[in-house]
Amino acid sequence: MSEQNTSPSRPGAGRHRAPEQHGDAAASRPEHDAGVPGAARIADPERGGATATEGVLDGAGRTVLVTGASGMLGGDVARVLLARNWRVRVFQRGHAAVAERKGVDEVLGSITDPEDVARALDGVDDVVHLAAKVSFTGDWDEFVRVNVTGTRVLLCQAQNAGVKNVVFVSSPSVAHAGVSIEGAGAEPANPETARGNYARSKAAAELLALSMDGQRDLKVAAVRPHIVWGPGDTQLVERVADRAAAGRMPNLDHGAAMIDTTYIDNASEGIVRALERIDVVHGRALVLTNGEPRPVGELIARMCRATGSEAPTRSIPGGVARLAGKVIETVWPHLPAKLRQGDGEPPMTEFLAEQLSTAHWFDQRETRELLDWTPSVSLDEGFSRLAAYYQDHPRPHQRTGSVSLDRVEDVADEQRARAEPSSVASDSENSNLSTDLQSVRSVE
Amino acid sequence: MTASTSPQRSGTDRLPFTDTPLPGVDPAWSTVLTVASTAPVEPVAGRRRRWHVLDNGDAIAASGRTPQGIVLAVHGNPTWSYLWRDVLRAAQEAERPWRVVAVDQLDMGFSERTGLFRRLTDRVQDLGDLTAALGIDTAGLPVVTLAHDWGGLISQGWAQEHPAIHAATVLTNTAMHHDNAEPIPSALRLALNRAVHAPLTSGSTAFLDTTLALCDPAPSKAVKRAYKAPYTSRERREGVEHFVADIPAPEEHPSHAAYERIAGRMSAREVPTLLLWGTGDPVFQQRYLDDLLRRAPHADVHRFEGARHLLPEARDIATPLLTWLDEHVGDAEPVVASHREQRARGRGEFVPFFAELDARRRDDSPAVVDMGPVAQTVDGSAPSLNVERSVSWRQLSADVDRLAVALLRTGVRPGDRVNLMVPPGSLLTTLIYACLRIGAVIVVADQGLGRKGLTRALRGSSPRWFIGIRKALVGARALGWPGTRIAADAMDPVSKKLLGVSHTVAELMDSVTTVAPAEIPAVDPDAEAAVLFTSGSTGPAKGVVYTHRQMAGMRDTIRDTYGLRAGTGLVAGFAPFALLGPALGAASVTPDMDVTSPKTLTARALAEATMAIRASAVFASPAAIANVLATATELSPAERDALARVDLMLSAGAPIPEELLARLQELMPAAELHTPYGMTEALPLTDVSLDVIRAAREDAQRGVEGAGRGVCVGTPVEGAQLGVLPLRADGTVSSEIVSTPGVTGEIVARAPHAKDHYDRLWITERASDLTPGWHRTGDVGHFDARERLWYEGRLAHVITMPSGPVSSVAAEHAAQTVPGVGRVAVVGVGPTGSQSAVAVIETVPAASKPALADAELSERIRATVDFATGVPVSAVLVIPEQPTDIRHNSKIDRAVLSDWAERALATGKLSAL
Repeated sequence: MSEQNTSPSRPGAGRHRAPEQHGDAAASRPEHDAGVPGAARIADPERGGATATEGVLDGAGRTVLVTGASGMLGGDVARVLLARNWRVRVFQRGHAAVAERKGVDEVLGSITDPEDVARALDGVDDVVHLAAKVSFTGDWDEFVRVNVTGTRVLLCQAQNAGVKNVVFVSSPSVAHAGVSIEGAGAEPANPETARGNYARSKAAAELLALSMDGQRDLKVAAVRPHIVWGPGDTQLVERVADRAAAGRMPNLDHGAAMIDTTYIDNASEGIVRALERIDVVHGRALVLTNGEPRPVGELIARMCRATGSEAPTRSIPGGVARLAGKVIETVWPHLPAKLRQGDGEPPMTEFLAEQLSTAHWFDQRETRELLDWTPSVSLDEGFSRLAAYYQDHPRPHQRTGSVSLDRVEDVADEQRARAEPSSVASDSENSNLSTDLQSVRSVE
Repeated sequence: MTASTSPQRSGTDRLPFTDTPLPGVDPAWSTVLTVASTAPVEPVAGRRRRWHVLDNGDAIAASGRTPQGIVLAVHGNPTWSYLWRDVLRAAQEAERPWRVVAVDQLDMGFSERTGLFRRLTDRVQDLGDLTAALGIDTAGLPVVTLAHDWGGLISQGWAQEHPAIHAATVLTNTAMHHDNAEPIPSALRLALNRAVHAPLTSGSTAFLDTTLALCDPAPSKAVKRAYKAPYTSRERREGVEHFVADIPAPEEHPSHAAYERIAGRMSAREVPTLLLWGTGDPVFQQRYLDDLLRRAPHADVHRFEGARHLLPEARDIATPLLTWLDEHVGDAEPVVASHREQRARGRGEFVPFFAELDARRRDDSPAVVDMGPVAQTVDGSAPSLNVERSVSWRQLSADVDRLAVALLRTGVRPGDRVNLMVPPGSLLTTLIYACLRIGAVIVVADQGLGRKGLTRALRGSSPRWFIGIRKALVGARALGWPGTRIAADAMDPVSKKLLGVSHTVAELMDSVTTVAPAEIPAVDPDAEAAVLFTSGSTGPAKGVVYTHRQMAGMRDTIRDTYGLRAGTGLVAGFAPFALLGPALGAASVTPDMDVTSPKTLTARALAEATMAIRASAVFASPAAIANVLATATELSPAERDALARVDLMLSAGAPIPEELLARLQELMPAAELHTPYGMTEALPLTDVSLDVIRAAREDAQRGVEGAGRGVCVGTPVEGAQLGVLPLRADGTVSSEIVSTPGVTGEIVARAPHAKDHYDRLWITERASDLTPGWHRTGDVGHFDARERLWYEGRLAHVITMPSGPVSSVAAEHAAQTVPGVGRVAVVGVGPTGSQSAVAVIETVPAASKPALADAELSERIRATVDFATGVPVSAVLVIPEQPTDIRHNSKIDRAVLSDWAERALATGKLSAL
């Protein structure tokens, strides 16, 4: 294993940006952090200036573990790391296509199983952690198990294995309390206010991960790419395309809410860049986007066009959608399987409704300065590549149609009475969350 | 807003006297002391009374600093020292701190309930007892009184008894004196009525509630509760009742003498005075401000448009107050005074604006011509010109003199403001020049401001006289426009009575047969001559005051820039320039049009006006030009010939697209087409001709440094100097004036014809004088390598993007070139420094309701703008029609648009505009 070509970590520096909830951070905070946050922090010479080129980690001779590489983003991150001379190992439950590339080896196992994880970490210098349960709906326990416990297991074992650097891939939704975000930076993650099980569990996991920065020489940074899309993306592009084709994708309100997105290449390059610049960015969370916010209606229209489907022409008010979403989140798991067609995801959840009906776009100045990097693929270029891909891989456009949007609204009406008691019965969730927060704290 | 400036530290904003939290109060300010009373009302002299005050003195001392002076803040009824909490905090935190002592008057706030009926004299005495006990009298520091409501009289009473230490007066919505000729405000009349007085004031919290309701924006519930905290019971409210009962208007009132004495003495000592005034106060109305200004004519005044009675609660008064104190009591250099010293005054001797009238006393050629409606020709023959009225120089000059003398005899004094609401034409010309001749100040508010804007403008400028046509007089009567009314038209006695008209212009003229030259006093070149109003496209219309010297400067600039020699004929189709004809010695003709709507000028009306005096110059607005082009097909050959002989065409108000000018050039092939750039505050500043516009465009294509990115407005006019203050990343400007090609910044101008000051807008005036000697225009632009100025939009509309500040005009022009796109406004959304650019567009044909532009159109606009300017456009929104100002029908209200776009893009909902 080659030596890291950077200066050794400085005492206390690792706690630099540790979220304040975590106890003793303030006590060990270095003097230079006493001032105002923002530009001064970036220019701090001790941490390396924004444009400094020293402190860039070279992948040659290093081994990196990528968790969750069967997903679109994980696979692409592995590809970029490989191109930057890392030896790459991927780790997930099932086989990942990227493992077939030369220079990539694969360990299969569960992120929550300490032995599987230890096996995967053997001989590893750096980790990019993407494995997560990503869904708009689902059991809270399952989210906690995969996203929080999985992160804890991975980081503890990484420490034991002598891993130096970890990039935790997070989501801006960890700091999104449901109100619009316009031109903001990376606010602290907050599991109390984050919306939906995914975001809340990721928020807890991010806090957990960053709290381990600086412990036993471990450097941890969090990168929050916002709405990643690209060719072959089953999470967003194909879901939007298929739903639009089936008439199930409405514009919320007038589709005017402005949102940031991240083209896949930029997301994976940014994540790898965070690993390369770990000396500068460790202890922090960075939001990562293309920096080209667009109205959601325009994005959906362009995705539909690129995939050869019809853009949605109808709109429903965001408030109705949110209510419908809340109801559906509650009743969806109990619906007969024949109604839960397709990918098993409900047509609209409260979280999704919020995501599509309020602004969330970000100030990318700090991210770009810290990473000393700008996205290489513009939105326009991204849509061209998307169109080229779907020309070769056309979507099958049969109408599945058993739950159309009208049906969604009917369900919303019918189930409102039944849903209301269950929607407020979230005490068990809260206690779960607090239990897990307890465990987050106990790690420190 | 007050609430947002006060840190809300829960748990620390309580005082021991009440369980109610008092947001914004630092408990450390709260001081209780007992003071021996010498008030006449006390049955036992020297009885000790318990006072509560808020005093930041200790906090300032604790930080090791020395205050510059003491502000003695006196509340009115029924508030308490809580009213001044933001002033206390700001004064304490200021770099140069001021000690603020905000008192709770006895029987008010948390001071003692004495059970006595304390009247004005008692209260003045009380305040003196308190300041002596607090050591204010012997602190060796200047004392500034700050007061609201009935605190005004009391603080003035105190000031008059402490002349050695009283250094300045600051008053907010108050009254010094009530002129008994006018009824007192109905709100107070109601409170004074015996039957309702006690129930309203002490029996319930009605008076408190009403007062708190006189605040726009409304205070939060917590703040309202804080105001009411000391007044929880009937006993605790007795002071409120007595205060109201002590309103000493009638002569027989016990406090009348003290009141007359204090009011009378106010003008005896001239101390620096600042009057901060909420314009929407139903109690302390404009006439009380006018009264104060008669007593302290030197006062600095700022009228807060739309603020109501509780001004200190509704607006940030602390910031301007501290700035003013630093400059007028402290050591800071006063910005406004330093600007007045350093600004341009023009070379050469002062020649009065109306001098040409005297020179042409014996000239029988036409001076002013009014056109009637254009006659229709049925058989295609040349129609006879419909000249409604033609006035020779000899007659105009005589009429002006007669009217001038008549106005003087009627009581119009030099310096009196006269509001003229008469359409452009010979009568208006006569009135304007008669007023100027005797030093009366003309107030010219055009109907483009709209009914509400007009009322606001007229109330605010307090004209003493109102001269109007019948329609205007009806408006004056209905809307309560101020001023003694004089009818411009002949009028029967019944109408006169009905409309409250005291004279008609014709009667006035007839009353004077001969004029002795000595009867007309000479004007002071530096006295006020005119109040003009801004269009209101950048907030409520502002009154702009010009002196006689500056009016003469405007005349000279126009004459020298355009070579308009005496004897020229000009068509006055654009209001501000319409009054210039006689001053230039040029014959002027008013074409037939609806003056309130410039777009009603037809090609035929313009041509016939031109023919009537063989005019060689035309002044018109952009909207008028558009309509002239649209109606050009109606022109007869003779009319066409008349337009072809025009050799100067001047259009001001807004930039005109080159394409429109090119079409106009076809109609007027011999004319040089000029579109000067300027503003109500300085008109014109630059001049540009169609030829220069074309050359500039070619230079932009050739890559001449600085050429492009905006609208080329040409080079400075005669006498004007221009520069820019470079923009910083956060959208503010630096202080150094440059003219470096390509450097964008706020345009600053120095010219002898720039405004004297904004009328009763001290804060606005100071902001425009921050580069002393220069007028800050609030516009942004840059120079090119050929010294031409390029206008880029308003400073307030600069978009602060992560890549740097961006002005909107160039992006808008690029977007407008996309087929199917009408007018475009590019606005910023999001926080300063990380804003996104949003294009709000009209489509052709117009959309029926606001919508997101479809993806294809968005992409086309985005690509076009990016190619032309490099500005990344995030979103494209379609609206049926851009919101524009009424006067020019061309300036898009971007403040409204960006708020709307921000809301739409944040919530996804496209509400109606």
